[in-house]
Amino acid sequence: MHIGIDVGGTNTDAVLVEGRSVLAECKTTTTADVTTGIIKAVSGLQAGHSFDPVAISAVMIGTTHFVNAVVEGRGLAQTAAVRLGLPATKALPPFVDWPQRLRQVIGGHSYLCHGGHEYDGRVISPLDEDELRGVARDIAARGVRSVAISSVFSLVNGDFERQAAEILTAEVPDLFVSFSHEIGRLGLLERENATIINAALRELAEQIADGLTDSLTAHGIAAPLYLSQNDGTLMDLEYARCYPVATFSSGPTNSMRGGAFLSGLDDCAVIDVGGTTTDVGMLTNGFPREASSEVLISGVRTNFRMPDVLSVGLGGGSVVRETPNGLEVGPDSVGFRLGEQALVFGGDTLTATDIAVAAGLADIGDAALVKNLDRTLVSSVLDHVCDQIATHVDRMRTCPAPLPVVLVGGGSVLVPDEIEGVKDMIRPEHHAFANAIGAAIAQVGGEVDRVFTIEQNRRDEVLDAARQEAVDKAVAAGAKAGSVRIVEVEEIPLAYLPGNASRVRARAVGDLVLEEAPRRGRA
Amino acid sequence: MREIGAEELRHIARGAAILGAGGGGDPYIGRLVAEQAVLECGPVLVAELREVPDDALVAGIGMIGAPTVMIEKLPAGEEAVTAFLMLQRELGRPITHVLPIEVGGMNSLAPFPVAASLGLPVLDADCMGRAFPMVQMVVCTLDGVLAKPLVVADEKDNAIVVDVSDNHWAERLARSATIRMGCTALLSSFPMSGRQARDITIPGTLTLASRLGRLVEEARRERVEPCQAIASFLGGRVLLAGKVVDVMRARDPGFAKGEARLVGDGTSCLLAFQNEHLVASRDGEIVASVPDLICVLDVEGEPVPAERLRYGQRITVVGAPCHPRWRTPEGLALVGPSAFGYSHEYVPIGV
Repeated sequence: MHIGIDVGGTNTDAVLVEGRSVLAECKTTTTADVTTGIIKAVSGLQAGHSFDPVAISAVMIGTTHFVNAVVEGRGLAQTAAVRLGLPATKALPPFVDWPQRLRQVIGGHSYLCHGGHEYDGRVISPLDEDELRGVARDIAARGVRSVAISSVFSLVNGDFERQAAEILTAEVPDLFVSFSHEIGRLGLLERENATIINAALRELAEQIADGLTDSLTAHGIAAPLYLSQNDGTLMDLEYARCYPVATFSSGPTNSMRGGAFLSGLDDCAVIDVGGTTTDVGMLTNGFPREASSEVLISGVRTNFRMPDVLSVGLGGGSVVRETPNGLEVGPDSVGFRLGEQALVFGGDTLTATDIAVAAGLADIGDAALVKNLDRTLVSSVLDHVCDQIATHVDRMRTCPAPLPVVLVGGGSVLVPDEIEGVKDMIRPEHHAFANAIGAAIAQVGGEVDRVFTIEQNRRDEVLDAARQEAVDKAVAAGAKAGSVRIVEVEEIPLAYLPGNASRVRARAVGDLVLEEAPRRGRA
Repeated sequence: MREIGAEELRHIARGAAILGAGGGGDPYIGRLVAEQAVLECGPVLVAELREVPDDALVAGIGMIGAPTVMIEKLPAGEEAVTAFLMLQRELGRPITHVLPIEVGGMNSLAPFPVAASLGLPVLDADCMGRAFPMVQMVVCTLDGVLAKPLVVADEKDNAIVVDVSDNHWAERLARSATIRMGCTALLSSFPMSGRQARDITIPGTLTLASRLGRLVEEARRERVEPCQAIASFLGGRVLLAGKVVDVMRARDPGFAKGEARLVGDGTSCLLAFQNEHLVASRDGEIVASVPDLICVLDVEGEPVPAERLRYGQRITVVGAPCHPRWRTPEGLALVGPSAFGYSHEYVPIGV
């Protein structure tokens, strides 16, 4: 038996799961300190299905707390960015394209040092130990306790980042170190930015990790605690203390994975209709496809693993208007004020929910208040919603074959059972808890993303080596050895490069070793 | 002459990405480097070709190598100036104007850091009018202006000066050196007089990129679909508005090569690409072909590079005429369909 919890901006959802069955579910309001909301949610589960806290084998939590901290610029620690690459990269020092405000909050402590590799593994320049010791002293003098280390092509060779960390921590023993080769992908600025953000969240991560542990201990639960990562796999709490940035997009990922899990499908599109937006994502092998481009976090360009989600401003609270240009639904929404502003609740704003009630698709509020709505309007709003969603599903496809669609989220009543181009539309049971269920799926993963020089006739060897490395990483992260499978291999020849360099990405995923996991330790 | 500051650099970057016709690399890094230089040294003067004296000494600058490597191994900043000054030393007299070699993609902004730090004006012109993958694919080749001498410099303070017999050799030798240097380098070459620059290079292309970028930004602000405006601004037309229904990629080292099938408005079209978008055809009939520009844009007017084409994208394909010199027999021999391994005749885009 284990517990999945999704801490969203508005609601904290929790489910108690055994195997594939959901024993209890509970929705509460998210609290400012996160932990109070979790305590309430777990109490709610107890009320729904009484359980012995000792029988809980794991607790999995998805949280938007860290990404919100960055967006709001609070709880961030002073952070030093140490880049290894001189004489290369000098033209664009760390923090170069950051919004002024966030740079100030973090302190903008930036150091350019020697080091770095070429794409083929040759050294750009050796590490300069004296230079790094000088940096360490300066960091200490400024009272900075967290450092982000990024080295050019550290995805080809991460040794310099690790060696630099040893030199820095020899001088400043209590320094937190974040390594770029463990966080981001190719693209130095974006990977470095993600690493800096991670470093700035380290103190907050300690507090949150302790808080989460305490809130479960309060319930007598001593099982190991895991956090959801952007790609839907789990990390244990000790890992989460080091890599808080890996939780940034776990919300949409958990909804999608939860939807897929509930429907029993591995390859499908998932539509999550909320109050304000609808997220559309694609799953292959049970995992969301990842975005290939840069992602802006509070104005900072990053490139860490994020699900490819198409978000459209259309949800249960979307405001409906008739304009000279035709019908408009959203993107503005009455949001959490639906209960006062929607017509069915006696308000004066026509929302998508009112349309759903008028059409008999939903039973919310007082249906009598919308019984006089113009029938043509109602059906044209529904057509509009249907068109929008069909278009977005189609945009997310990667092949023309018909694809089953799983519908989750509170606003999904708006979506009719038949949509153009969709073969099967599935509304699974418990769909309003898809996010918490997604968090409860116990899988861990490993990934390789590097530039390989592929000599003639040795392509298979290189790809096999990349696969094996991904598998090894998944096992190291706590996966049951026999359960690990490769979920993705991608090979992209580098453009404008007549050599044989290719960027290879391989991702492996396996089931978490639950029984054998030590209590609250590293799995 | 007029000044170009940080804001206009953004417009140029946006416009240049479209003129890259699917290739040329994302100008993001180039734009940041140029912005830093302008913040440090002040705005850069841009000279129109008619303002350049006959006896001026003009030389080109651009990045050579793999954009994918450039985003990881960022430039030191000095390599561009090193390459440029070394060329000047070889020439034995001061270079007076900096010439962009390639207006499409990241190279559009390569001249700005050099111009800012040396206090020289940049010419409002370039040698391709778009993006091309090889050094010899410049209008200079048609008029016998050689990449001679040619300097390639990297961020580690390595630089070589090469003497070449023609511009095809310039490509081979510069590319080999670049690979040894770690796949990114700065190239400075194509020295010519002010008079030659006026006669040979493609005029007004920086301003074109800048106005194009501004147009897209304004369209976005006013929430209108910019693709039609982009097409008419470039003197071209919308070839197709629809979606990508299939992308087939070939394995060919050094090239993002393949074909995409696009469907829209009841018709379909096939798009062939090799780093850049090169040929668009409908029912086996060519509707647009290199050297004309084939720009694939998303609904917001952002260019879709060949490496990022994928199923389901809603796109608009704009065809726009290339510089007239490219349409001559010698121009087509250098950058026409046959130069990219296609057997079809060039079909100029109809407007």
